[in-house]
Amino acid sequence: MAERSYTSREELDQYGFHPGVTVLAPLVCILLQAMLPKTFPWLIHIDLPLIATIFFAVSRRSPIAGTVTGTLIGLFQDGLTNHPFGVDGIAKGVVGYVAASIGFAVDVDNIINRIGLVFTLSMAQSGMLYVIAHWLLGDGSYRFLPVVELISAAANCVVAVPLFAVLDRFRIRD
Amino acid sequence: MRGRWRVRGLLRMGNYVDLLHTRQQDAELKQEVARLRVEEASFAEDAHQGRRLQSLLGFKQQYVTSTVAAQVIGTSGSERSHVLYLDKGSEDGLKPEMAVITPDGVVGKIRDVFPKTSQLLLISDSSSGAGVILATTRIRGIVKGTATGRVEIDNLTADSRIKVGEPVVTSGGDLVFPRGLPVGTIESIAPDPLHQPYTAIVIKTAANLNRLEEVLVITGTSETLPAAAAQDADAAEATQEANQKAADLIAEKLPSLHSDGDAAPVAGAVGADGKPVSDDPESQVGGAVGYINSGLPRPKAAARPDKYSPGTVAPAAELTPGAPASQQAPQKPQE
Repeated sequence: MAERSYTSREELDQYGFHPGVTVLAPLVCILLQAMLPKTFPWLIHIDLPLIATIFFAVSRRSPIAGTVTGTLIGLFQDGLTNHPFGVDGIAKGVVGYVAASIGFAVDVDNIINRIGLVFTLSMAQSGMLYVIAHWLLGDGSYRFLPVVELISAAANCVVAVPLFAVLDRFRIRD
Repeated sequence: MRGRWRVRGLLRMGNYVDLLHTRQQDAELKQEVARLRVEEASFAEDAHQGRRLQSLLGFKQQYVTSTVAAQVIGTSGSERSHVLYLDKGSEDGLKPEMAVITPDGVVGKIRDVFPKTSQLLLISDSSSGAGVILATTRIRGIVKGTATGRVEIDNLTADSRIKVGEPVVTSGGDLVFPRGLPVGTIESIAPDPLHQPYTAIVIKTAANLNRLEEVLVITGTSETLPAAAAQDADAAEATQEANQKAADLIAEKLPSLHSDGDAAPVAGAVGADGKPVSDDPESQVGGAVGYINSGLPRPKAAARPDKYSPGTVAPAAELTPGAPASQQAPQKPQE
């Protein structure tokens, strides 16, 4: 019986997903993101689509796949808002690329690394949204509120740990 | 058996005890009804006068004639986009730019309409705006949302007449929201560092924008009063006329109670006998406080008081139970 050998961390930890999971998981996250804050307004600070973007990007370890996944999820999110179309698409596309790139260097199955990754990328996304709104769109009213962003990032970490654990079950080793 | 009868007796006693304050409450309620009738008549007259003046001056007043109730089914999912999704769309007659309200006040306007759903842009969104008027000072402004979800007026300069707590209503100038809908009250006034010399007047919205379940979309407005409202106005006007007639009738039959047949308070009014008619509530029984002779007159003091004359017997609270009537201190008759 031929034994498969891995020559790098990329090959060792590269996973794929069933097409149904690839489509449904982000869609469920976007749907929950739109529905839950109606009943629990404080949940608006949690960004489930961002967590999904990070998870799929670090699992596939392909910057191209991460960018495409992030962009598509962001564009879907843009469709629900009254922002100019593409703001979230740009931000999540960059997040997907960075997450996939970081996935080469660190062990993303480690819970501490996962928390650090989600926290950092949440703050990075907030910064990118501010730059896009303030500099690209010229919206002077857009404010970067550090405390709110820190709370959001922390809340994303709290949700990301169990959500990653659930999504891990759907991973298929390539 | 005897015990059961005692219990029943006690229960009946309890019923009587419950009625102790009924007479007093009845009197208070009658007084309240009298006062409200006078007020209603006064308001009906004011409203009638207002409508007459509006038609004379050619003012265009918009009345809400039809609304569609819709349920909130979702949000934008973004903390910076204050957009909600409603379960009614173009199939239900909704169109973009229609005003959305709750019984408490203004909520926002319809942004995008789909066949079965629609997008509601809240007034707290930074791209939203509405023409408003400060209810007391009658100063006009534009209310806008901010990136943080607050609602504020930022196009007014500092004015000492504007106070915290002042109600804010729609002005109708934006052609989206009909005039006079409550927006909220002023929560704080502070100089706006980004837009000097303007002030940032933060509004506490009348409707709770964070907890919206059901809303009303205004689908139709009219420059004339809706049929039901017109009927109510006519009824109020008829009541006012009836009250006026009743007051005139009383003035004719009891000339000593009225000097000029007006039920409204008159300073220094005198009766037919030349004596001043006081609006002091002590001079009458019941009726509306502040309105002369709206109740019954108090009887005059008896020329030859006896034990049946009002005021000759001490109040019940001062009487000793079981003591002979002769020992009860007689009260001095009223002057």
